[in-house]
Order: sequence, then C-alpha cells, then structure tokens
Amino acid sequence: MSARDEILGRVRAALKDSPQVPQVPRGYRATSGLDEKALIELLVDRLVDYKAQVAVVDAAEVPTRIAALLVGAQSYVVPAGLDSGWLAGVEYEPADGRRHLDSAATPLTVAELDGIDAVVTGSAVAVAETGTIILDGSPSQGRRAISLVPDHHICVVKATDIAGILPEALRRIDGTRPLTMISGPSATSDIELERVEGVHGPRKLDVIIAR
Amino acid sequence: MSQTFLGMPLLPVFGTGNLHASESFPKAAHRELGNAQLRANLGHATHTIRDKRLQVVSELPDWEQLRDAGSAIKESVMARLPELLEQFEKNFTARGGVIHWARDADEANEIVAGLIRETGETEAVKVKSMATQEIGLNEYLEEQGITALETDLAELIVQLDHDKPSHILVPAIHKNRSQVRDIFLREMPGADPALTDDPAKLAAAARTHLRRKFLTAKVAVSGANFALADSGTLAVVESEGNGRMCLTLPESLITVMGIEKLLPTWQDLEVFMQLLPRSSTGERMNPYTSLWTGVTEGDGPQNMHLVLLDNGRSAALADEMGRSALHCIRCSACMNVCPVYERTGGHAYGSTYPGPIGAILSPLMTGIQAEENNSLPYASSLCGACYDACPVKINIPDILVHLRGVDVDSKRGKKKIPTQMDAGMKAASWALSSGKRLGLLEKGLPLGRLAAGPDKKITKLPGIAAGWTQSRDIPAPPPQSFRTWWAKEHRGPDADGGPMPSHNKGDQP
Repeated sequence: MSARDEILGRVRAALKDSPQVPQVPRGYRATSGLDEKALIELLVDRLVDYKAQVAVVDAAEVPTRIAALLVGAQSYVVPAGLDSGWLAGVEYEPADGRRHLDSAATPLTVAELDGIDAVVTGSAVAVAETGTIILDGSPSQGRRAISLVPDHHICVVKATDIAGILPEALRRIDGTRPLTMISGPSATSDIELERVEGVHGPRKLDVIIAR
Repeated sequence: MSQTFLGMPLLPVFGTGNLHASESFPKAAHRELGNAQLRANLGHATHTIRDKRLQVVSELPDWEQLRDAGSAIKESVMARLPELLEQFEKNFTARGGVIHWARDADEANEIVAGLIRETGETEAVKVKSMATQEIGLNEYLEEQGITALETDLAELIVQLDHDKPSHILVPAIHKNRSQVRDIFLREMPGADPALTDDPAKLAAAARTHLRRKFLTAKVAVSGANFALADSGTLAVVESEGNGRMCLTLPESLITVMGIEKLLPTWQDLEVFMQLLPRSSTGERMNPYTSLWTGVTEGDGPQNMHLVLLDNGRSAALADEMGRSALHCIRCSACMNVCPVYERTGGHAYGSTYPGPIGAILSPLMTGIQAEENNSLPYASSLCGACYDACPVKINIPDILVHLRGVDVDSKRGKKKIPTQMDAGMKAASWALSSGKRLGLLEKGLPLGRLAAGPDKKITKLPGIAAGWTQSRDIPAPPPQSFRTWWAKEHRGPDADGGPMPSHNKGDQP
C-alpha cells in the first residue's frame, strides 16, 4: 500500500469515533471602524515602533520624497510596472546604469541584485493595527527577490490601501499570489531576547504613505 | 478506497525520531538544575518574553474571541482531516507542486535526501523547522554526504556549537551573549577576532557568514506554519529574512510539514495570524510572513515539493482525550509561563518538543511506553498557566492527568501481583466511598498520636508511604476527627442521627 493510502487510512481509523465538526464562533472584530486620518496615524505609530522610517505626504510629493531617499544610493532597482510618475523626481541618465528595471520576462540575476543598493516598490494593502505591509507580486511590486536582496527598501503605501485590522486586509487580496507580509525591517530576538533590527532582509525600510 | 479499512493497522502507529526522553525527566531535570548559568539565562529570557506577550495581548479587545475561533477551527480540522488532506493535495498539485507522504521519520528523511540528490547538489540552506528537528533530518543528511545549513540565527548558534535546541521558538535561549560570541569565534570561519558580545554585532556576523550561501544556494528545505486546504497555499512565519531568502532565491524548495498543520480556508488565516505572533514573540506582527501557492512562473523556486509527515500524529489523533494536543501552532507561550520549564530548560524533556506541550505531545506521538516518555506527563505542577496562555486553548493540564492515567494503566497490565500502591488505593476507595466506614477508621486517630511520640511528629512512614516522609514530617493527627467534633458541638434534633449534618450523603457511592 502506498504511504498516502496508509496514512489516510490511519487518520480515518483514528477518527472512528466520528468527532463532531464544531461551528466556528467568529465573534472577533471584522473591521476597525477607523477613518482615514486615524488609520494613517495608527500605521505610522506602529511602523515607527518597528524602527521603520515613515513619511506621510500628499500624492503629488511622492516623487520628491523618493528622489530624496535615493540620494545616497549608487544604484536602485524598480519593478517594470512601477508608476513611472513616482520616479519623475529622480535624475535619470540611462547611460549611468544607476536605475535597473526588473520583470519576470527580463529578471536580474541574484548576483546583480546583490550589487544594487536600494529598491522602490508599491504595495497591495497595509494593516494599520499591526504595522504590516503586504506585497502581492503585482506589477507595482514585482518579483519577491527584488524587495529582498537590496539592503534598502523604499515602499509606497497609498492611504486608500490601508486597512484597520488584519481580517479587513486579507479580504482585499488574492491569497494564491506569492505574498510577503512585511512588518518593519528584518529583526532577530535570538540573543537574550534583545531585539536587533537588520539581519538578512533589507536592514533599512522607508515607508512613504501617500494621501 | 475500501471503507472497511481492510489491511489497515488497527493499533495506532507511533512516531520515531527525536521524540524521546532517553532518561527520565526527574533525572535529567536534576542534572540541568545544577547549571546556575542556564537557570539565570532562562529566567531572564522567559520573563522578558512573558511580559511582552501580556502587553500585546492586552491591546486586543477580542483576544478571547480569537482564541475561541482558533480552538474551534483546529477542532474542525482534526474532525475533517482526511477530507482536508485530500483537498489540499489536489490544490497544491494543480498549482505545480509535488506531494510526498511519509509514514515516519526515516521515510521523510529518505524522501528529502532523494530530492536533494536529484538536483545534483550536496548543500541545502534551511529555514528553522520543528518537523525537520523531529525527524533528525540534518543528521541524516550529513550521513548521506549532504550539508544542511541552518540559517535562523539561534539555530545557527546551536548548530555551530554542536548542541541541541532547548526552546522551539528561541532554540539558543539557554546561551547568553558572551557564550554566543565564544561559539562564533571558535566555529565560524573568518570570524573577526575583535567581535564583541553586542547582539547587533553578533547578528551582523551571522549575516556576513550566511549571505554568500543564500545568494548561491540551489536547494532550500523549510517547514510550514500553515497550509490552506481550499487553495493549496503554504505559509512560513519568521523574523530575520532568512526564511524569505530560502523560500525565494533557490531553484528548488522542499517543505516538510506535519499533517495536522492544515487550515480549511483562507479566512482562517486571519485568526491564526493574529494569534501566533502575539503568543510567540510577543509582537503585534512578526517582521516577515511568506505565502506561496505552488509554483509561480518567474517568481521563486520552480521545483516545489512538500513532504506530508505522519510520524505518530495519527496515533495522537486516535487518543480522544489527547487529540487536541495536535491543535498546537508551536508558539511556545506555554513554555515561557511554565514554572517547571523555567527552571529545568528544554533539554530535560529529551524530545524536540519541550515544555508543557512537549510533555503531552511527545508521549502521544510515541506511545507512553517509548523509552522514558512516561515520565513526561509528571513534569508539571498542574498549575494551569499553560492552558491560560495557549492561543488555541489546549487543555494541557487535563491531558497531563489523562496521560498519567494511561501510564498507570500500562504498568498495571504488565504486573500480575498487585503492588502496595494498588492495595493502598483499593483500601482508600473502600474507606472513602462510605461515611460510616471513614468514621469508623477515624476512631483510630489517637493511635497515630501515639506513633508521633512526644515531639508530635511522624518522621518515617512504612512501605511506599516512606517517600512522603523522606523530605517532610507529618504533624501528629488531632485527638478527634472533624466529624466527631462537629457531632459533639452540634448535638441537636437534626444532627443526632449521625456524625454529619442532615445533608450527609456519605453512604451513597
């Protein structure tokens, strides 16, 4: 008998008492009831707590903000589907090789990504209560590797994409896409439970919240 | 498939691998308690994490409702397990993943080694995973000439020190910072001799050590925190980004997961992703969670394998009283609040799963008679702190008591002649099931006073009762029993007939 059939047989035999399937009580909160201003305030508070840097700007100021954050970067990568207006403030000289475009059709190699200082992406949805940003691999966010290997992640969150609590956020996304939930820069508490920000993922996370 | 289970095993098939205590808990605890450094490290760590957990849990107005939902979802998963496993298999396979089933630790190890060999590689990067600890995968791969490199900081510390994890969430909890620095200096090739014991510097050293490996690895091995039956999605919850590295950059990904990890639907994730981070690290959310559904073209590993592991889980499921131990989401909250774990540390439990949950899960998965696992259900004061802390409300104290019963029953089966304990229990049952009998026996109390002598202490009891007086004295019994005293004090028309007031039901069994 195959291992599959044998294991399924063992499980069925283990349940020979036919235990009842309980109703799941879903009395927990389904929404936060917060307005946009309160959502932004809460998200900022939580992100700062994780030692991410946050700026809240009007949508029109996003390009200036991105340009300012990229000043120190020798090179940066953006997904091919990023809103091109967001990069309008960054001086662009195709010959200097500072800007790299990445897509599934023309992906950068891991070694190339390792040589790039920063990455700029959008985001799918954010959760104010937990300070979480969710990337779902859609065109403004690109392949998972580009927001992982460079050491500085600049992430734009639209105010309309902020959900109050996790159940609201998960309802807005497709769970079968490759998803990354990000809550602050990478961190460890493995030595004496003391939190250290910055291990293998990007050590610097800049969040731009666009009203 | 046949509904009559023809040829199916009628008895539970127990798990193998790193699930056994090789010496009894009291013996191991006695040794570990002698290590003052260990106790200081553990005390500091468990108290820190405990306080953090309480703070973030108190922020949520609906924490108890989330626990109720989590508990009911897991109960329904266990009741529907065969159906959900088949549904998950169908969805995962439809999205380009390959499923392998492993009856036990050996079979799982062979499957993983075979899959790595197929890629032509002799090295794999690993994300921290309890299932692979349980089956002893690293040791097996080493025997096969394959190097498995742990990439979680704490797992790396433990691996470099050739030690064993002592906690399921922070496996190096028993080491302090200067011990970690010494391990790095000794075992990490190219470590800076000027390395200090600052945790930030130590984390940076680990980053440098592992970076090249991440960027060049072709194969990764992971566990999974959740698997969604309705979509075939897998989830890994982590902090450092080592998980993302392993789950994203290599060409092949091999995940090993226990069959009990399923959740029925995407919606259920909203419950567990609120319960788990707060219960485990005491954070509102862990830094990174990755979710993937089979293969995504152009993004992440293109060879996706999942090993579904039984290894005694079906045996635990067969125990009606104990099966809820399988609800465990490996958060470790029970360890951090346990007065026993806090003092003995994780190594005393022998198994991969230490602490209160380990004390029930290990014997359920291996059977009570495996090696010294029958000593584990006694590794508790039954204070109930673990039950209060458990995000899915596993009633650990009840299961501990149940397993103590299983242990006693299993021993009784072996012996033909009744022991002193059996005789004593029988006598107690006879005496305590009737008020009249007890009253009669209590007339013998003055004899006990005689035995106690002038210092009014009994210092040595006979037979197995001697264990009781080994470390304490028994005060001399009072000259009369409470019943006799009550009857004398309350002599009246109602109480006249018996030693107790009228609501006495002592004669009924």
